[in-house]
Amino acid sequence: MRTIKFIIQKEFSQFFREKTNIRMLLVMPVIQLILLPLAANYEVRNIQLCVVDHDHSTYVREMIQKVTASGYFKLNSYVDSYNEGLERMEHDNVDIILEIPSGFEKILIRENEAILSASVNAVNGQRASLGAQYLLAILRDFNREIRLNWIQFPKFNPVPIIKIEHSYWYNPMMNYKHFMVPGILVILLTMVGANMSALNLVREKELGTIEQINVSPIKKYHFIIGKLIPFWIMGQVVLTLGLLVARLIYGIVPVGNVGSIYLFSSAYLLCILGLGLLISTYANTQQQAMLISFFVMMVFILLSGLYTSIDSMPLWAQWITKINPIAYFVQVMRLVIMKGSGLKDILPHIIAILGMATVIIPWAVWNYRKRS
Amino acid sequence: MKQFWIFVNKEWLHILRDRRTLLILFGMPIAQILIFGFALSNEVKNSKIAILDHATDDVSHKLIERIEASKYFEIVHVLHSDSEIDPVFKQGLIRLVVVFPSSLSNDLHHQNDVRIQLISDASDPNVGTTLVNYMSSIIGDYQNELIALNKLPYTIKPEVRMIYNPQLKAAYNFVPGVMAMVLLLICSLMTSIAIVREKEMGTMEVLLVSPLRPALVIISKTIPYLVLSFINICSILLLSYFVLGVPVKGNLFLLLAEGILFIITSLSLGMFVSSVAATQTAAMFGTLVGLFMPTLMFSGFMFPVDNMPIPLQMLSNIIPSKWFFNIVKAIMIKGLGFSAIWKETLILFGMTCLLFIISIRKFDKRLAL
Repeated sequence: MRTIKFIIQKEFSQFFREKTNIRMLLVMPVIQLILLPLAANYEVRNIQLCVVDHDHSTYVREMIQKVTASGYFKLNSYVDSYNEGLERMEHDNVDIILEIPSGFEKILIRENEAILSASVNAVNGQRASLGAQYLLAILRDFNREIRLNWIQFPKFNPVPIIKIEHSYWYNPMMNYKHFMVPGILVILLTMVGANMSALNLVREKELGTIEQINVSPIKKYHFIIGKLIPFWIMGQVVLTLGLLVARLIYGIVPVGNVGSIYLFSSAYLLCILGLGLLISTYANTQQQAMLISFFVMMVFILLSGLYTSIDSMPLWAQWITKINPIAYFVQVMRLVIMKGSGLKDILPHIIAILGMATVIIPWAVWNYRKRS
Repeated sequence: MKQFWIFVNKEWLHILRDRRTLLILFGMPIAQILIFGFALSNEVKNSKIAILDHATDDVSHKLIERIEASKYFEIVHVLHSDSEIDPVFKQGLIRLVVVFPSSLSNDLHHQNDVRIQLISDASDPNVGTTLVNYMSSIIGDYQNELIALNKLPYTIKPEVRMIYNPQLKAAYNFVPGVMAMVLLLICSLMTSIAIVREKEMGTMEVLLVSPLRPALVIISKTIPYLVLSFINICSILLLSYFVLGVPVKGNLFLLLAEGILFIITSLSLGMFVSSVAATQTAAMFGTLVGLFMPTLMFSGFMFPVDNMPIPLQMLSNIIPSKWFFNIVKAIMIKGLGFSAIWKETLILFGMTCLLFIISIRKFDKRLAL
């Protein structure tokens, strides 16, 4: 026990000796947590609309007005030819070109049906299809209105009507930041924790100081535990700072019990720090450690469900998320903070994470032994 | 000049000797493009939902059938009372609950008026609203069939055309984005370490007193990495073309030339980091933790830059991958020529010069001390 204490002491004094360490571990994540959520806005609004109007009738003008009044669209430009609009789209200035053929209003009245064409910039497919859906819905509304103006419908409605009532739970204000901030905090905590521990051990290898440890009477598991505990404590500090930032800057107050977040993070940090150690036992140089860690982190982060929904991933990717610790923590954060889920709800996640930790840490110890 | 190539050769040997790192450097981008090209999409489909069917009559059965048939939903729970709704949400099992009233069929056929309730988990507001929209349109379709009114007078028929990506493939957006991100991070990681390692080991001093000018010493260190990264760009393009089905509509040589420019930008970014950082740990940590998330968030492929507040839009301008993302999109997907991307090219070029000059200055100063 005393040996572990001394190793911890050594790690802490080594850590605090360097000012850069404190800056990188504490200041950088906090700054990123303040800034990044402001950039995370997936709302499809401000769709830039370019109108090519060959008709110039009053109905068209009303229709355009209806479209822009919805709040989703911004009238970007009013041009004379489709090609002019396309040129703007090529430069990403325009998202949708709405082209109205000449004689549109007359044809609509005479032939009961008139065509207009919308060309959507679909490089980002999802954004394009949402934009098109909004446009179609608004045009449908407009269509219904003019129909009402032109024909008299019977007062009593003889057809069956299904009304849909919807309610949005857990985030009625639809605040996207409440959704993103806890997730981003998880990523920052993970990056700091895993990279710190990955670099730490391999650095000792590279500098040769690990040889000294190896010839000293320190037991291997003492050494590993002594390495883990300081990072574990610092991880909890980063998490606490992050939760404070979320509360003070973004006004995010967890609905559930914060204690269950800490309980989860206790297990989680073991898992992540163990992962870092495992990587460092396989690497010979800091460069290798960093590259492997970068690769693992990037896969885990992008497949964590933070940015894109796990449900819509192909099956093999969904299986990766089952062994992806980040995916669990992102979900737990959202469950506890937004929905107020209790310990019982997140228990399966805690068990999964503990399971991973009990595989990873002994693996790291075993592999470290083998190589030294 | 001969000395310069000797230096380059020395660096080559350094890199080639370390087989493991080499394997990582080549394997990583390939694996990343493949994984993300297939797995990432903003589409919302196969969402897990629950049904609370108070009616269990033919109307509710027909609706459930339709819901199950759609690619958007997967019914994973059948609830029996209102009190079960909150717990299933809290366990994170489902995203939406559809509640059918007990008098569904009766109301529909006799009153001509019925209410179906959708309860959506809006902790993710986008998915929450999207699912309500999808569900409403499935129910709306059913209603339209009941009414069977297809021909209405005075109908405006919008014809929608999807330009550049008619099949709405997610890879068209994500491949250029991941490409811009992976190249930036790998390239800058490589050089930031290569130079700061010599510093830490003390061998940089030896290099800097050699007859070669410091600028050339540093360039000689980056050339092998330039070659490596070029191979990476080629393998990424081959994969995205043959495996992911993302076309190269524009000029391939223009794309490769822009790729080389972007690699040089990223390499000089790494050099800049290593001229500032004192230790390898600091350099790598700075590059990874400092660059990863901002690159991901500000490139524009995850979140549209237009949606960001103005100060952040300005901040996004200093992220090189944002410009490269635009370039790749323009050439690969839209098939445009140089006239469409000269501005982005100029910006990347300017960034490269600036980063390069600053880092050389820093090294020069070290020599003078």
